[in-house]
Amino acid sequence: MMNQTDIQNLLYLISAIGFIVGIKRLSHPKTARSGNFLASLGMLVAIIATLTSGANFDWQLIALGVGIGSILGIVIAARVEMTQMPQMVAIFNGLGGAASGFVASSEYFSGSDSSYIIMCLSVLIGTLTFSGSFIAFGKLQGFISGRAITFTGQQAINALIFTSMIALLSAHNFSLLPNDTIFYTITVLALILGIGLTIPIGGADMPVVISLLNSYSGIAAAATGFLLGNNALIISGSLVGASGLILTNIMCKGMNRSLANVIFGAVGATPTGGDSDQKGMNIKSYSTTEAAMILDAAEKIIIVPGYGLAVAQAQHVAREVADTLEAQGKKVLYAIHPVAGRMPGHMNVLLAEANVSYDLLKDLDEINPEFEDCDVALILGANDVVNPAARHDKSSPIYGMPILNVDKSRTVIINKRSMNPGFAGVQNELFGYDNSIMVFGDAKDMLNDLLKEIKEL
Amino acid sequence: MDIINLITIFILAVFVGNEIINKVPPTLHTPLMSGSNAISGIAIVGALLAITMDGELSTYLGLAALICATVNVVGGFLVTDRMLKMFKKK
Repeated sequence: MMNQTDIQNLLYLISAIGFIVGIKRLSHPKTARSGNFLASLGMLVAIIATLTSGANFDWQLIALGVGIGSILGIVIAARVEMTQMPQMVAIFNGLGGAASGFVASSEYFSGSDSSYIIMCLSVLIGTLTFSGSFIAFGKLQGFISGRAITFTGQQAINALIFTSMIALLSAHNFSLLPNDTIFYTITVLALILGIGLTIPIGGADMPVVISLLNSYSGIAAAATGFLLGNNALIISGSLVGASGLILTNIMCKGMNRSLANVIFGAVGATPTGGDSDQKGMNIKSYSTTEAAMILDAAEKIIIVPGYGLAVAQAQHVAREVADTLEAQGKKVLYAIHPVAGRMPGHMNVLLAEANVSYDLLKDLDEINPEFEDCDVALILGANDVVNPAARHDKSSPIYGMPILNVDKSRTVIINKRSMNPGFAGVQNELFGYDNSIMVFGDAKDMLNDLLKEIKEL
Repeated sequence: MDIINLITIFILAVFVGNEIINKVPPTLHTPLMSGSNAISGIAIVGALLAITMDGELSTYLGLAALICATVNVVGGFLVTDRMLKMFKKK
């Protein structure tokens, strides 16, 4: 006969299966929505399993907490704009860390006989995720300077905090300090370390940081699982931890940086000179009318969107231009660089919102061979990710970064507001290539004009 | 539960996670992240248990955890659904 605990553990297993199969269904846009639904059912099963465990629940308090949390969750989910998705994920990462930290502290103050070390580690990871995420949010939202904030001895301080934490945990083993003192000090140090590890990271590296903090929030949940001896928390936490790490890795590869370099490199603290002189570059500025004529003669067109496109809210008119060209019998594809947006897959969501069919969105490996026989590459707000210097110029800060080989196209039309360099602070040699033409202006205005011109031709 | 059992489950889950998440295409990486935000809201289980723990302080810390985790669960799944609805093929 199964006892209460067995039934509960069985329900947690069902919930874990819900999460795993749910994520599995995210492998294709067609099945993804049902996967998300399945995962939410898994969560419901886990909640039911907990609430039917026969513990002495204060239902009013639970209703209060779930009520407040649900209202906040519904409002955020309904109101957040797709361009703000990185900020939202940063907040959610932080809340995940906070939740785990609160659970561990609650356990600590209840005088629990759980392992002291696991309690401290759980609070440490949760608190660090919380403070780091809110700094990341502040940077993305513009509350805090997006530039890398650095000062002398910064890494020494972080290292000092880290070693102090280890020292404190070992001090516990030898009963050198009161338990409470160690617990409070570790919490405060974790709070500071979260800030210390995030402020030196520049705006361009934010996709890496959000992915990494996403991973931390999972690890925090898993740590809480160890504390409570709960499988559901361990399994879900490690799924999220793995997911965040994989995305972190993909983002690092997209920028040709190592994780250590992102965390300790402080790229973007000062605008680097690089190759920023435009001398010797032959910039050809064209009008939208001329650009429309070039597009009219083209058969295969690849649109390369950058974050600038989304900032200008021009993805809708870009799609209209693409639709019009398609209606004229031309082939139109979109090339999406892994770091095109502010977080993994961000650009795809922004284009999906503008009703671009997902089968037209091609990633780096898929699209690069396509440029060889492409008539026009239309660059909208992308810069560093199309800089050919990454392939050959060893002195360039972006050397080695995988790029979209737009320069292989017959003609490259680049829309930019001005000649200002991109995130990496490097001038783009592509702009001076023989097959490159520039169309200056705001992306939205330019595309609206272009749309008119194409329709009139 | 035995710590070795817990570690076993943890390690195996990391491997499973690695397998299935590597199959998620780049196009769906943002929904994957918001969806995993929702899943990390599993801390809600810990929060519900924390509310029942001894002491007023522990109860209120549990309540704070419950609010945070519920935002993650509700907000995470809803916003992921909102995004996935937009992915259409024409």
